[in-house]
Amino acid sequence: MSAETMTQIDLKALITAVADTVAAHAEELTALDQAIGDGDHGLNMKRGFEAVRADADQIAAKPLPEALKAIGTKLVMTVGGASGPLFGTLFMALGKELPAEPDTGGFATAFGKAIEAVAARGKSQLGQKTMLDVLYPVQAAMVAGTSGVEIAIAADAAAEKTVPMKASRGRASFLGDRSIGHMDPGARSVALLVRAVVETVGEDA
Amino acid sequence: MSNVGIVIVSHSPLVAEGTADMVRQMVGNEVPLAWCGGNGQGGLGTNVEAIMGAIDTAWSEAGVAILVDLGGAETNSEMAVEMIGEPRAAKIVICNAPIVEGAVMAATEASGGASLREVVATAHELSPA
Repeated sequence: MSAETMTQIDLKALITAVADTVAAHAEELTALDQAIGDGDHGLNMKRGFEAVRADADQIAAKPLPEALKAIGTKLVMTVGGASGPLFGTLFMALGKELPAEPDTGGFATAFGKAIEAVAARGKSQLGQKTMLDVLYPVQAAMVAGTSGVEIAIAADAAAEKTVPMKASRGRASFLGDRSIGHMDPGARSVALLVRAVVETVGEDA
Repeated sequence: MSNVGIVIVSHSPLVAEGTADMVRQMVGNEVPLAWCGGNGQGGLGTNVEAIMGAIDTAWSEAGVAILVDLGGAETNSEMAVEMIGEPRAAKIVICNAPIVEGAVMAATEASGGASLREVVATAHELSPA
């Protein structure tokens, strides 16, 4: 993505696409969470992104970093559970780290720092069957200059890889070995968000 | 009030309220106290906005000690403290202690006019090292 396309992103279209995706997959996310969590992830994410959608005009009027911070704050306040602060931190930290006019490299660097903020918030790391298991591979693909479509494919594959993992963070870790064999709902959510974003921003993203 | 405030954050509003009830009955009214629990929709969970509200309610210039139950309560409390920001954030500590015993012991210490550091240390003594 060039610097030009990045500043021209239609934020409102992006918010709509992401909220649509989350709404369309809310039941699936909840089903995943029922298997290894407390069964509210889909509903929580949907509530959060519907709240973001309700403020879309206001958010889209802001510069990108400020808009991302506003989205993050909204998610923290509305998603609830442990996902609110984790997804909220991702967006808030990305907004904080993003230069005013980011190019692709600048975006990938800021995204990397935002992932570190999520890891710190969740006191988690790669391989613990969490959203991080999709975030890190997505960031690596960005750094490698992979196309948008391939990044989305990488995200799906990374989410799939959480299936055989044993959870060692979050509610699913209470299940121990019984968490094996189920996809992590947070990982699936990240993959869905990534796909919605790249499909909206365009294949050259 | 100049005593350190106590905030109780549980996934269950019943646990949070019950813990606060124990503090009031066992320690008295000399400590600013607030509790929150539940996801706001009637289910179990914790909520950043509610935690921020509880910190406001129990606010003291001497500081606030937060007692939490499971992981999400801690994550959400950390987020709430961060969103409250400085200078108040420097006077808020999330205790590593069992929620009920920690709240009662921390409040007991606070009711005697102890500093935030002393209140937190008392709660932490309850946790196995």
